[in-house]
Amino acid sequence: MTALAWLIPIALALGGVGLAGFLWSLRSGQFDDLEGAAWRALDDEPLK
Amino acid sequence: MADAVRLLTSTPAPPAKAVSATSTPAAHGSVITLMVENMNCGNCIRKVETALTDVPDVVSARANLSARRVSVVVKPHAKITSEPLIETLRVAGYPARELPPEGTGTEPGDRDSGLVKRLAVAGFASANIMLLSVAVWAGQGEMDASLQTLMHWLSAAIAVPAVAYAGVPFFSSAFAALKNGRVNMDVPISLGVLLATGMSIYQTTVHSEQVYFDAAVSLLFFLLIGRVLDQRMRREATSAAENLLGLVSPATTIVKPDGTSERIATREVRPGMALLIAAGERVPVDARLSRGIALMDESLITGETHPRKVTEGDGLYAGTINLSGPIEAVATACEENTLLAEITRLMHTAEQARGRYVRLADRAARLYAPAVHILGLGTFLAWMYVGHGWEKALTAAIAVLIITCPCALALAVPAVQVAAIGRLFKRGIIVKAPDGLERLSEVDTIILDKTGTLTLGEPRLESGSTVEPAALVTAAGLAANSRHPYSRAIVRASAARGVTALPIAGVEEIAGSGLRAMVGGVEIKLGSAAFCGVGEADEGRPALWLRSGRDAPVAFRFDDPLREDASATIAKLARSYKIELLSGDRKPIVAAAAAASGIADWQAELRPDAKAARIEDLKTAGRHVLMVGDGLNDAPALAAGHASIAPSTATDISQTASDVIFQGAKLGPLVEILAVAKASHKAAIANFAIAIGYNIIFVPLAMMGVVTPLIAAIAMSVSSITVTANAIWLGHKPLKDMNP
Repeated sequence: MTALAWLIPIALALGGVGLAGFLWSLRSGQFDDLEGAAWRALDDEPLK
Repeated sequence: MADAVRLLTSTPAPPAKAVSATSTPAAHGSVITLMVENMNCGNCIRKVETALTDVPDVVSARANLSARRVSVVVKPHAKITSEPLIETLRVAGYPARELPPEGTGTEPGDRDSGLVKRLAVAGFASANIMLLSVAVWAGQGEMDASLQTLMHWLSAAIAVPAVAYAGVPFFSSAFAALKNGRVNMDVPISLGVLLATGMSIYQTTVHSEQVYFDAAVSLLFFLLIGRVLDQRMRREATSAAENLLGLVSPATTIVKPDGTSERIATREVRPGMALLIAAGERVPVDARLSRGIALMDESLITGETHPRKVTEGDGLYAGTINLSGPIEAVATACEENTLLAEITRLMHTAEQARGRYVRLADRAARLYAPAVHILGLGTFLAWMYVGHGWEKALTAAIAVLIITCPCALALAVPAVQVAAIGRLFKRGIIVKAPDGLERLSEVDTIILDKTGTLTLGEPRLESGSTVEPAALVTAAGLAANSRHPYSRAIVRASAARGVTALPIAGVEEIAGSGLRAMVGGVEIKLGSAAFCGVGEADEGRPALWLRSGRDAPVAFRFDDPLREDASATIAKLARSYKIELLSGDRKPIVAAAAAASGIADWQAELRPDAKAARIEDLKTAGRHVLMVGDGLNDAPALAAGHASIAPSTATDISQTASDVIFQGAKLGPLVEILAVAKASHKAAIANFAIAIGYNIIFVPLAMMGVVTPLIAAIAMSVSSITVTANAIWLGHKPLKDMNP
């Protein structure tokens, strides 16, 4: 049963990291142009 | 009416400075936002961005493909306007228009990211609570009581803050409704969530086996998905309105003191400037008519559809439409907020506007909300009366509240609209009227205009080189006052030959006939052969005639190619629709165009009222007519049709009168618009059926107490997901699987 004392916090922490990551990407505008982002990945030109 | 005008111009009146700056200062300079046409792929992004970055004083350019916009950051204090940027893009093959400054203030993502955050939190919480709940169910009987209580406390620790954060939109809406003595659908939702959470906390403290944290949080999660979808639809409607405004009045023609005319940006107009307002154009600012007589459509301000006759010295209001010939006016009150007021109004309309199905759903919800509470309370009292104790009674009541949350009912139509409008928007088609798709789905007859609709409407002056420069100067002077495609071609041709057009005042446009003005006591006419009194000579190609007094007429001939996919599109549509071509153009030309595009029914040399009359005839015969047209002469027909579509090159009047606007050089969007309209009609009906059927089955079960709150939450989400999935499928269904 002591395993639960480890596993539950770890599970919650991992979920929390995912949530924080999502909120961060949302705030930094990564969801503003989903269509454009898909195309930009194919762009061979070096970044200016 | 004066009050109405005052209201329109004064309500949103930010300091003039903030507006005249046009561009909001950003960290590295100021930002200009442009709406870009034809931007469809990765290559376009790069071309647009590279082209703009090469313009001097531009710091950076970032294209947003989803919104078809590009944000250009220019150096601070650089005196750069949108014109060189638009010209650069035009040369690169991407016609662009500047968006009103309001559009740049908020990034598209900003407005609904608050709800998305709540959605993310609810999703995180419901997933983790579900994890703990599954452990509890799986271990039922074997798990010792203290561990089970620990699991419940952990669930509570996650659920309570999550409900407090993610439930705010529902709680505040419910609270606002209750404060005003009303009941909306958020009241049973809030009640269900709060009761389930509160009861679960109590059950946890008394170490009971049944808790419903999972039901409460996953209910919020699924409801928030619905809210986000709904908000996205409204945002698209708003951005369509903004983009539409970008199409409407970007520039104004002013007459300078030395008599020459110039196109300047509307925001640069100052009081006292002399304006030249072409037929079909909106008045850019408040002004006073300085010469002649005009007919104005003031329905925007007064709601009166009958045009008002304006004589010299009378006031003209920003946003009204000039229905008569070109007029001269002096700007009076041109704080830029007149345009701002119009944008606000348009956006407001788009946000508030609701389709017929949506209205129906709303009305149902109004009856539904009290019914839900009565059902819930009735269930609780009945179970108490039978003597099963308050816990069992409350559980059944919560299940009823959750089951009846009309999530699927509320999502049924908005989800379909989001999918349909979004799908069309990606193809450069703007659905302007909120109920446009519903009306389009009922259409059985299509009437097409020729010039600008079946053809590109960009006629070229063919014999321009043989026309004497003097005639071209006069013709261009007259033509500058008109937005008819031939007039524009003459103006373009004169500009291309380096001939400067002299502005001619008092030009009158007779819709469907031509232009007329008096210069030095001589009547000058530019128009059809019949209008200029020229006999039917050698016609085969479209032509305009210029006649000055009794001089010999001069011919200007044009060619105007069909849209490249015109005949293929007509062939597709002819399978399910009756198609007619109605044109104001001459018989041989219309006959040729009809033959080339495969339209059997055609009529030529129709006046604008005859087109509208033909539509009225078809209407009385019980047909639902779709009018597709672009010209000034199509406006009455567009308004008369059951539904109407205009290309984005159409005159302002026609764009105002139509339900849907499509961009690009092809006619193919017509097929897609009609196919999507029909499919969305079917999907909306199917969704209603699913939502109602679900309630009919589950409500009695919940009242009987056989459905626990968790099963209720799962059943409710399944119905919402079915409805949403149905809509999403509509957004991605291949066009070949749909019938226009």
